[in-house]
Amino acid sequence: MADHPLPEPAVAKEWLETMLLIRRFEERAGEMYAKAKVGGFLHLAIGEEATILGSVRAMRDADYLISTYRSHGHALARGTEPERVMAELMGKEGGVCRGRGGSMHMFDLQRRFMGGYGIVGGNLPIAAGFALASDYLGTEDATLCQFGDGASNQGTFGETLNLAALWKLPVVFMVTNNRFGMGTALERHSAVTDLHKRGEGFGVPGMRCDGMDVLDTLAVTSQALRIAREERRPILVEAMTYRFRGHSMADPEEYRTKEQVEEWRKRDPIVTFGDRLVAEKVIDGDEREAMDAAAISRVDEAVAFADASPFPAPESLYDDVYVLGGQVRGWWSVDTLHPEEGAPQRAEAETGEVPQAMTAALEAGEDT
Amino acid sequence: MSVVRYREALNEALREEMQRDENVILMGEDIGVFNGAFKVTNGLLADFGEKRVRDTPISENTIVGMGVGAAMTGLRPVVELMTINFSLLALDQIVNHAAHIHYMFGGQVKVPLVVRMPQGAGHQLGPTHSHSWEALYLHVPGLLVAAPSTAADAKGLLKSAIRDDNPVVFIEHEYLYGQRGEVPEGEHTVNFGEAVVRREGSDVTLVGISRMAVTAEKAAETLSSEHGIDAEVIDPRTLRPLDLDTILESVRKTNRCVIVEEGWPHGGVGANLAALIQEQAFDWLDAPIGRVTGADIPMPYSKPLEEIAYPHEPQVVQAAIATLRDA
Repeated sequence: MADHPLPEPAVAKEWLETMLLIRRFEERAGEMYAKAKVGGFLHLAIGEEATILGSVRAMRDADYLISTYRSHGHALARGTEPERVMAELMGKEGGVCRGRGGSMHMFDLQRRFMGGYGIVGGNLPIAAGFALASDYLGTEDATLCQFGDGASNQGTFGETLNLAALWKLPVVFMVTNNRFGMGTALERHSAVTDLHKRGEGFGVPGMRCDGMDVLDTLAVTSQALRIAREERRPILVEAMTYRFRGHSMADPEEYRTKEQVEEWRKRDPIVTFGDRLVAEKVIDGDEREAMDAAAISRVDEAVAFADASPFPAPESLYDDVYVLGGQVRGWWSVDTLHPEEGAPQRAEAETGEVPQAMTAALEAGEDT
Repeated sequence: MSVVRYREALNEALREEMQRDENVILMGEDIGVFNGAFKVTNGLLADFGEKRVRDTPISENTIVGMGVGAAMTGLRPVVELMTINFSLLALDQIVNHAAHIHYMFGGQVKVPLVVRMPQGAGHQLGPTHSHSWEALYLHVPGLLVAAPSTAADAKGLLKSAIRDDNPVVFIEHEYLYGQRGEVPEGEHTVNFGEAVVRREGSDVTLVGISRMAVTAEKAAETLSSEHGIDAEVIDPRTLRPLDLDTILESVRKTNRCVIVEEGWPHGGVGANLAALIQEQAFDWLDAPIGRVTGADIPMPYSKPLEEIAYPHEPQVVQAAIATLRDA
């Protein structure tokens, strides 16, 4: 790992604060899952905070970020309110996606966080599409696309890298190599385990960063984004990291040893960065504790908000299946679940009028 | 009116929409230098340049996915998949992404993407190149699905599809590409969700999907001239949204219905329509709803076998007569 100098104190503090927020948020999300307030799958990014924050802080506000089903931290790093992320986890109306997406499908258009995606490798072509639009429209925006080591075995990996290189698109592909595709170790799922080398055959040069070090991750991602933006070509970055928790909450972790987890925990990205800030007198021990307390308290607020937020109303079930007003003035939707209301229901009135809530969402979409 | 081939009508639609809106771009395999596998994009590369008419590698899932991403961020991509058969390679992007993104992200973002693909049997292309898959895409909420059977509808619906903010699966037909039809001069659009009555009649309603709308119309002429049966022929034109009202109105008049499609019977368009019709108009039906579909087999190569494996006029005539047998 290169020995990078620390940034301005205020900047360094914000990084530690945000990594602490992600950590405390994830821990609390796990607790909420255990209490059955969060359903479905819950994939925590504990251990990967430096990879998330270092790469996201390398971005400009107008750059596009796209991630995977492990993306609560990406939303938080981009500035999405923890309240709205927690409410989404609980399936509440106040969630970022009004409870439609859940843990695996976060999204915040205003912050150009273009989503978490549940299909492994499904987000790579979409990322290239953002870069195509940026290029076509003549903007300076670049795209940062994150995916796991498991996704590097999907067909979309090779297809997308080839096309992005062919069309000279401003996109950085970042493979978050946490050494496991769910429960299958890197050596058992990939013939070539130096994943950053996998782009070479497609014309996409690779770089590697220490994903446990926020400074190194930021330095490498910044360089990659600069190349993508200025030289108009894609770059593959491999972030070497580790998740301290299981793949999801339903993971007995029989595929790795406790010793391996302990070894990686010694390199905890938040502990090592905090230690350095103390050692270089950017903060003292009291400040460090206060930061952690602030993160915990911020997550408390998020939980309180999410708890108080109502569940989506039953009558909103069909909201946002379609954008209304153009070709969709109404459609036959077969409702077999509510036979007392009579067989197939027309889900939307045929007025062509767009409901008020919809108008607001459309306007938000048109602002960017 | 001018008389043009179906493929030329599609070409006109693409050309006009690209002239109208510079954010409309085309992507697909061999659509540029080769001018399109079926020549639908003929001349567009020369007229609009490589930035807007983009030849792609053979990577269907990624081409569609890039269309999804570009649509989410300001463009109106029209992706051509060489045939509907290859759209199976892009199902993840079409279903999990294009169709679901607006809903699963709480309406924050739109996906104004059109994915064009021709279908159909009859060219001895065997099991992997002869599919008809309206039913597959009809199944998916979030998609709009068009299956035009005439040159005028091909043009009008494609223009509407490009302008709409929802993802559209636009199903063309390999047989129809060379068929001529009248297309209104000047600006011509067709609304989704509006079926058309191709032929008025009072004895039986024939609903024809895609090319089968043409087959049904021919069958109706035979029913009239040879059997004295007056069939009404309806072409739904789009399956999502579906204009069920026009079909129900017709069934309430004729009290009999036959649905004709080229795809497989199980879980087909006809199975779905029959369910909807019996739910909504059971008391008006004087006979079981008839279906004429493709055979329940992978499409064989051999010409005589292929000929009997998808519907032709005589089967439609027989099915219509069967609904009137006890009348």
